Formats: sequence, structure tokens, C-alpha cells
Amino acid sequence: MFGRLTLESIPYHEPIIVVTLAVIAIVGLAVVAAITKAGKWQYLWNEWFTSVDHKKLGFMYIAVAMVMLIRGFADAVMMRSQQLLSAAGESGYLPPHHYDQIFTAHGVIMIFFVAMPLVIGLMNIIVPLQIGARDVAFPYLNNLSFWLFVVGVILTNMSLGLGEFGRTGWLAYPPLSGIEASPGVGVDYWIWALQISGVGTTLTGVNFFATILRMRTPSMPMMKMPVFTWASLCANILIIISFPILTVTIALLTLDRYIGTHFFTNDLGGNVMMYVNLIWAWGHPEVYILILPIFGVFSEVTATFSRKKLFGYTSLVWATIVITILAFVVWLHHFFTMGSGANVNAFFGIATMIISIPTGVKIFNWLFTMYKGRIRFTTPMMWTVGFLITFSVGGMTGVLMAVPGADFVLHNSVFLIAHFHNVIIGGVVFGCFAAITYWFPKATGFTMNETWGKRAFICWIVGFLMAFLPLYALGFMGMTRRLSQDLNPEYFPLLAVAAAGTAVIALGVACQFIQIYVSVRDREQNRDLTGDPWGGRTFEWATSSPPPFYNFAHLPKGDVLDGFWYQKQSGEFDPTKEVEYERIHMPKNTPTGIYVSAWALVFGFAMIWYIWWLAAASFVGIIVTCIQHSYNDDVDYYVEVEEIKAIEAERRAQLEEAKKNEVKDNEKKDDLEVTYAN
Amino acid sequence: MQTNVAAHDHDHHHDSAGNKLFGFWVYLMSDCVLFATLFATYAVLESGSIAGPTGKDIFELPFVFVETMLLLFSSITFGFGMIAMKRKDVAGLKRWLKVTFLLGAGFIGMEVYEFHHLIVEGYGPQESAFLSAFFTLVGTHGLHVTFGLIWLAVGYHQLSTKGLNDNMSMRFQCLSLFWHFLDIVWICVFTIVYLLGVM
Amino acid sequence: MATILMLAGCNSALLDPKGSIGVQEKELIITALLLMLIVVIPVILMTIYFAYRYRESNTDEEYAPDWSHSTKIEVVVWTIPIIIIAILATITWRSTHELEPSKPIASDVKPITIEVVSLDWKWLFIYPEENIATVNYVAFPKDVPVQFKLTSDNIMNAFFIPRLGTQIYAMPGMVTKLNLIANHTGDYKGFASNYSGKGFSQMKFTAAAMEDRTAFLNWVQQVKASPDRIEDWEQFRALASPTVAEPVKMFSSIPPFLFTDVVTQHPGSMNCLPENLG
Repeated sequence: MFGRLTLESIPYHEPIIVVTLAVIAIVGLAVVAAITKAGKWQYLWNEWFTSVDHKKLGFMYIAVAMVMLIRGFADAVMMRSQQLLSAAGESGYLPPHHYDQIFTAHGVIMIFFVAMPLVIGLMNIIVPLQIGARDVAFPYLNNLSFWLFVVGVILTNMSLGLGEFGRTGWLAYPPLSGIEASPGVGVDYWIWALQISGVGTTLTGVNFFATILRMRTPSMPMMKMPVFTWASLCANILIIISFPILTVTIALLTLDRYIGTHFFTNDLGGNVMMYVNLIWAWGHPEVYILILPIFGVFSEVTATFSRKKLFGYTSLVWATIVITILAFVVWLHHFFTMGSGANVNAFFGIATMIISIPTGVKIFNWLFTMYKGRIRFTTPMMWTVGFLITFSVGGMTGVLMAVPGADFVLHNSVFLIAHFHNVIIGGVVFGCFAAITYWFPKATGFTMNETWGKRAFICWIVGFLMAFLPLYALGFMGMTRRLSQDLNPEYFPLLAVAAAGTAVIALGVACQFIQIYVSVRDREQNRDLTGDPWGGRTFEWATSSPPPFYNFAHLPKGDVLDGFWYQKQSGEFDPTKEVEYERIHMPKNTPTGIYVSAWALVFGFAMIWYIWWLAAASFVGIIVTCIQHSYNDDVDYYVEVEEIKAIEAERRAQLEEAKKNEVKDNEKKDDLEVTYAN
Repeated sequence: MQTNVAAHDHDHHHDSAGNKLFGFWVYLMSDCVLFATLFATYAVLESGSIAGPTGKDIFELPFVFVETMLLLFSSITFGFGMIAMKRKDVAGLKRWLKVTFLLGAGFIGMEVYEFHHLIVEGYGPQESAFLSAFFTLVGTHGLHVTFGLIWLAVGYHQLSTKGLNDNMSMRFQCLSLFWHFLDIVWICVFTIVYLLGVM
Repeated sequence: MATILMLAGCNSALLDPKGSIGVQEKELIITALLLMLIVVIPVILMTIYFAYRYRESNTDEEYAPDWSHSTKIEVVVWTIPIIIIAILATITWRSTHELEPSKPIASDVKPITIEVVSLDWKWLFIYPEENIATVNYVAFPKDVPVQFKLTSDNIMNAFFIPRLGTQIYAMPGMVTKLNLIANHTGDYKGFASNYSGKGFSQMKFTAAAMEDRTAFLNWVQQVKASPDRIEDWEQFRALASPTVAEPVKMFSSIPPFLFTDVVTQHPGSMNCLPENLG
């Protein structure tokens, strides 16, 4: 009836887990209680959960990602502290049974449930605005993608309280992840969380590819698109091509575990090397999916805060395209030590190095955007400068490991750990923080607190350097990854510095949560009334903050690069002018994405716990719900002119208020000058 | 507010049906990668049949030939259906959909029979890596065809409830792409798996 | 970063290797790093310099808001990295072939063959010529090339002695080859470098490079005097059952073709074919 699920599956004799679950339960109940007391369930359902609005979906992606960042970071703190204790001669508090789940979960959470949703969330909010569109090509699919991602989050978190997570590393290599070596539910949680959320990601890829190619404002040719949109286009191409590989690979492992096939077993012809090749054929493009849009963010931020046109737009676009193509021919550098032979190793090593050329070009393009600019060191710009310095080091250590001979001694060491954290934190994470701070006013209508933002940055960059530079040295000392017991005492001093660095990063995270609180508290003083708080160059800044749900009453003219900037200069952009409006065609909200995902959650759960009747029923449920949805013709509507007029009038009122405030500020400045003169 | 899916899209700024067709193409390209991965896996593991039968031992070409003809003809009949659809001949479309469904169901029936026969003989997917890869590659194609049949049936029914409007037309065009795509994949399957396997 | 590297260098296995393979790899690392620093150091300096010089409060500097193209700069930023990567690629091609793990080390001395089986969670070393085996302790004379042949009993693993150089995966049903040499006497730390389960952290062994052949032969005699033996496949399976932090063991005799039997134990594996057995 319940498959292999029993009361014993709840880890009630593991104190750390019980405490964690208690905290989650208390916080969760508190949130539910607060929402119930405020009577906001209907509002949340109507305005957010069933929304097909790309801006709302993007916001929700980022919100969930930030929550999962807490869990992923907690994992990191536990790993650093256990290693430190072990190097001090203690047995520590995390035996392998727990530690091995923690490092597995840390990787899975950070990549799939923090970095991916942050990047996808940003693309969701910004891309349609940048191309002058009113929504993505397939709004319902967009909603479905989000909820399928949430299913992955739920399953991963469920493993904490029901059963266990995998103990295999974040990519679950067989034979360790096979049914013989890992008979428990851990690997199955991994399988279904990734498989279900992976479908969502693939749909996002198709969605944004179609959106960017077909829904740009009619006047905007490809070579006048903002760089963030170009980078997003390339990332989505990577998604479309690489995620099906992940789908198949996980499916084959699933078949091995569930019905006893021999894809990756030791006997009867199975081939574990095939798994390693397939998983990395997905895995390498995956990291470019993460970094390319972030390169786009840095392009936007650098140009805006240097008050200067982006240097070398054309070569930036071509560099991005080259990186996209090369991303598919380097995957073997993740396993040079598997014994593929010199010719194969050398080919992939050289291919990997070649990627550093277009990447280096991008860095120079950003530097020369700063050159002869007037740089304003707002928080996003500080994150950018931090990125330029740290990412260069991270990229360098990557090219170093691309040399097979060097990799032979550095593979799987903490030098590798330092390298990829260097590029993911120094690159993706710093970029996400820059992007969030940069686009926060657009999404919410008020700016973030600068002081706490800068404090967060200082903590993060100092903490990051303290936490990861020692790992480069430890790698040279021969320390390998994923150790938890009987560590060499020689590692202690450097591990202590790394642990201290983790504490400083924790301070940085605390600063960010304080920043959010303070920003919300002070939102009235920091209202973005113009919609363009930074003096932006691209069309998302042409709307109010936040934009009306239909984005643009009139689609912008995009025939010039940085069109918005030049339209401001020439006076062509004048949002105070009253104009004629036409009805706007918009998609309706829908609960179907939630229903399909709910069935998918039940299906994943049932498959994990071998509750076959429930798995079959929920699978049928998915199909039936999809078919039902196809009968529904009530999926769109027209926004009438009166409603548009009212919303735009509100915008004009905000602009009026902004002008009044500006006059007041100038008068104050004049008064001050007068005082000084006297 | 009015519902407007049935009426023609007056928005000059985006061609919603065209977008959906384009998006479906893109999805098919991702499906292409999916099948390519399965083919690659099959190619690598095919030689992993030291214990157990090889293709020569288990493939029956005449049977596969009939299967193939059913599927290929179903593509032709679907094509006739699309021609009828262009002429707004709903009755004709329905007729050809019925024939396509029967041919497709026939294909699936034969495939299920082949799989059952192999399993009963002791040549199931758990017997060797080659068999695992064979069942998965061919089975995935079969699963896709089955979904196509469900889609066909639902679409057929919706012709009665909604009639042949622009949205239905676009959906049938997508199904048409899907159906022909599966045909092309099958051609790769019978060439790489069956024909090359028997040589 | 340089300071940290220097601090580490004193007792750093990779920067103070004890065998010629490790030495070549260290030189490769340093060469590659220096080549890349040619670009990375200027980039970091430029970042700091531009950020400082073109800050908005510095109104003395020229402000060129529309300047966004320079063929000269494009040529430089494409060409210099291309040249550096071309040099690095050439070094890579050569060194990858030189350092290919399965390539025997050029020497007048006859190499010694040692077969390695990764078990849960210990290392079994089989000396096929001497017909002895050890657990978690491998000895060989210095200045003699060692040809390791590696496999795994069941889980994918990796074999690494940082002071001597290259690591290699050990995989079930397959044989990988690794050639190493120690040019200094000493006991070197070895361990597993691919996560393989519960006892992974403690899957450590000692690699003892002995002064000369005589010392090595003496050690072999010691092992041959051990009361412990692996007499048949069942006893091997008993040894292979999962244990953690296994102490050093010595076996004075082993069944013939034990290593081959371990490789071919998985029925129907394609690597049962003789050409795949190495």
C-alpha cells in the first residue's frame, strides 16, 4: 500500500536533522499563519501562483532560489566545520553516512535549485522587456516550467525528513549510484527531482528561444538586441540541446535501478564510462548556461554605470556564439584521468583552452567600456569589479587544468573545488547579485539599500578569497575532495582560514537579508518614480517600475543599439505625452501548471517509494490534466483602452511627482550653495 | 473581456499560430537530440552482448518490414488528412485521421507483440546491455507514437466539439510535424538497429 | 595567491615531487601558469587602474560616452590570447603524449609490474612475478619504473600518489595502466581520489620507495614469510568484503591469475575479451 515507505523512514533519531526539520516546520507554520491572518491566500493564488506573467514568474524563481541558498550554504558550513574538526584530530559530528549526503545535496542544490533558477528568473523578468515584447511566446508553458522546478525543490527537501538523499556526489556516477551499491531511496530522490525539474528547464529553453527570435518589437533586428538578450538566446540554445541528454542519461540510470537493465552495471555489457561521457556532455554546457547570461548582465551593468556605450558589441556577440558552439566539444576535460589515451585527451584539452580566447575578449571589452567612462560605484558596479578580478583567476586555473598533464595531479583535488567555486561564485553568483540589485527597482518599484549592499559585497569578496584561496594551496599539497574523516593534520591551518572565510561569507549573506528588510522598510523614501533610476540604455528602463502587466502600451522602436538611451537624448522618448491606445491581447492566468506539477510531485514521490498504484494513478492524472487543458479555449482576453489609459495616467502622475522631487532636491542644493557662499 | 482563441488573431505584432508551430519545431529538435543520445548509447552498448543474443539472432526482418509499411503509410494518410484540412474538408480530415490512427495502432500492436515475444523467449531488456539499449531506443520511439495516437484521438474528438478553427488547424499542423518526425526516426531505427544488426 | 602558494610550496606534494613524472607535471603547471599570468596580471591591474582613474568624481579625465570601437584594440585582444593559447596548445599536445599514463617510462632498467585492485575501502597490491600481495602498502625500488595495472572489484575508484605524479581511475571489469617512478627514497602517501562510498576518506595506503633492489628483495622475503595467504577465490572474496581503515596486511602467496580473475569476474562484460585485458 505504501511501497517501501514506513515510519522508520523518518530520521527521528538523528538530532541535527530533527532540529532542522523542527525549525523548518516552525518557520513554515509561521509563514502560513501570517498569510492566513492577512487573508492573502486568494490574492496569492490569483495574482502570483496562477500567473503567466513572466515578471511574476521570474520573481518567484528568484525568491525560491534565495531560500534554497540558505540550505546549500548550511551544507557548506557543515562541510567546512567537519573537515576542520577532522584535521584537528577529532572525529567531528558528521560520520560519512551524513557527510556524504551533505556534499551530494550541496552540489545538487547550488546548481539546480539556486544558480539555475536565479539565472532563469532574471531571463524571465528582463528578456521580454528588453526586446519590447509583452510576454514570452508560451506563457502557460512558462508557468508550468516554474512549478515543475518547484516540484524538484520539494522532493529534494522532502528527502531531509523522509528517507535520505543520495550519497554519490552531485552527478551520481554508477556503479555507486546503481541499485546494488545504493539500494535506498537517496539516489531515487536525486533522479526524480532532477528529471521533473529538467523537463521544466527544457520547456523554458524552447520558450525563450521562440520568444527572442519571434517576439521582438518589429523594428529590432538581431544585431541591435541588448547583450543580455543575446547571451540569454545562446544559453537557451544550450538548454535545448543539452537537457535532452540529461533526460536520457537519468532515464537510463532509472531503468537500471527499477527494472534491472544493464546500461551502467558491471556485468552483462554495462559501461560506466558511457554514463560519465553522457552526464558531462550535458554537464559542461550546463555551466555555460549559467555563465553566459551573467556575462550579459555584466555587459549591461558596466555600460550603464560607466555612462558609456558598450565597447565592441559585435565582437561580444560573436564571442558569445563561439563560446556556445565550443561548449559542446570540451566535455572530456572532466575526466582526463579515465584513461582515454593521449590523442583524445590532447584534443579536448586544446579545445577547452580555446574557449578562454573569446572569454578573454569579453573581459577586455568590459574594461574598455570602463575606459574613458564616468564610473559610478553603485553596488552592481562593485560586484562587477569584484567579478573581473576573481573570474580572471578562476578562468586561469581552469585553463591550467585543461592541460591534461597538469590535470593528472589536480583532478578531483580541492584545487578543482577552488577553481569551479571561483568561477561560479566570482562569476555566476556575483553576477546574480549585481543583476538583482540592478533590476530590483524595475521589478519592485523601489531601490535597494546601498549601504547594506556594499557591506554585503565586502563580506562576500573577502570571505570568498579567505574560503577558497587556501583550497588552491591545499590542492597543491595533494588534498583530494569529499574527505570527511582522518584528515591529514597538515591541512589544519589552511582549512581554518577557509572555515573563517565561510563565516565571513555568512556575514555577507546576513547583510543581504538585512538589505532586503531595510529596503522594504524604507521603500517609500526610495521609490523609483521614473522607471529609470540608473540612466539605463535598454528598453526595460522605458517602462514604469514595476512595469504594467502588459509591459508596453506602445511597442518601442528598437532599430538602434542602446535605442532607449538615444531616444532619451533626442527627446523622442517622452512618456509624459498622452497618446492613442489600442486594445492589448494578453494571456489569462491558469491553474493547470500547478495541477500538472502536483500530479508530477505525487508521481515522483510514488516512484521513489515504490508505491506503484499511486505512480500509475498520478501519471494518468498528468495526462488527463493536459488533455483537459487542451479543451480549454478560455485562455486569453483583451485589455480595454480605458484600463490602459488609467494605468498610463498613473505612470504620468509618478513622473510628475519625480519631477517635483527633482526640483525640490535642486532647490535644496541651491540653498546649500547659498549657505556656503555666505 | 472576451475570449478570442476561436477568432482570428488581429494583433499584427505577433503571429500566435506561427509562433506555436515554430516552438513545436524547436521542441522537435530537442527530441532529436534525445533520440541521438539513445542512438549513441545503442551504438556503444551494441557490442556488449557477449552473453546473450545479437541482432542477427532475434530480429525478424519480414515482421519489421510490415511494421515499417504500416508507419510509412500512416504518414501518407496523415498527409492526405492535411490536404483535406487545407481545403476545410472536415469530413475528409476525420476520415484520414481514422485511417492514420488504425495504421499507427497497428504499428504499436506489432511492436508490443515483438517485445512480448522476445521477453517470453528470455531476451528481455535485463538480459544484456545490447538488449537494454534495443528495448529502450525502440521502446522510446514506440512511446512517442503512442502519445501521438492519444493526441490524434483527442484532436479527432475536438473536431466535433470545437470544429476546425485556426487553433485546431495549428494543432493538427504540429501533430503532423510530430508524426512525420517519428517516421524519420523510425527510418533511422530500422536502418541502424534492424538492417545493420542483421548484417 | 602567490603568498599562499609559497607557504604551501615548502611541504607541497605537487610542487616538491619525488619522481620524474611528478617533476614533469610540476614544470608543466608552472609553465602554464606563467604563460597565463602574462594576460591575467595586466587584466587585474587594468581593472583596478581603470576603476580608479575613470571614477565619476575624477572630472579631469576625458569622457567619451560614444567611443565603443577600436580595431587596434580588437586586434590586440584577439591576437595576444590566440598566440598564448597556440603556445600552450603545442605544449599540451607534446606533454599529453609524453605523460600518457599507459606509456612506459624510458629507462635501461627493467620495469617492475604491480597489479592494483581497489576494494571497499582498501587497496590490494598484487605482485604477479613474486606471487605475493599486500593490502594498503606497496613497495618498489627507487629509480625503477613501475608499471601499475589497475582495476576495481566493484565501484569506480581512482589511485593517486601525489608525490609521484599522475592519478588514474580504477574501474570494474576494465584495466587501466599507469607508469610511475620514484627517484628518491621515502614513504609516500597514497589514497583514493574518486569518491566511492562510506570508507572513502580512509582509503589510504603507503607507497614505499626503497633504496635499491636489495632492499626491495629483502622486503619481498619479509612478505613471503607472512603466515597470511590468499588461497583461493573464496578467500579473496572474504578479503574484498567491505571494511574501513584496514590495517596493512601481507600475503605470502596468492592464486595464479588473481588479477585477471578480478577483471573478468563480471559475467558477460565486454572486457572479458582478451584484447581488453591488457
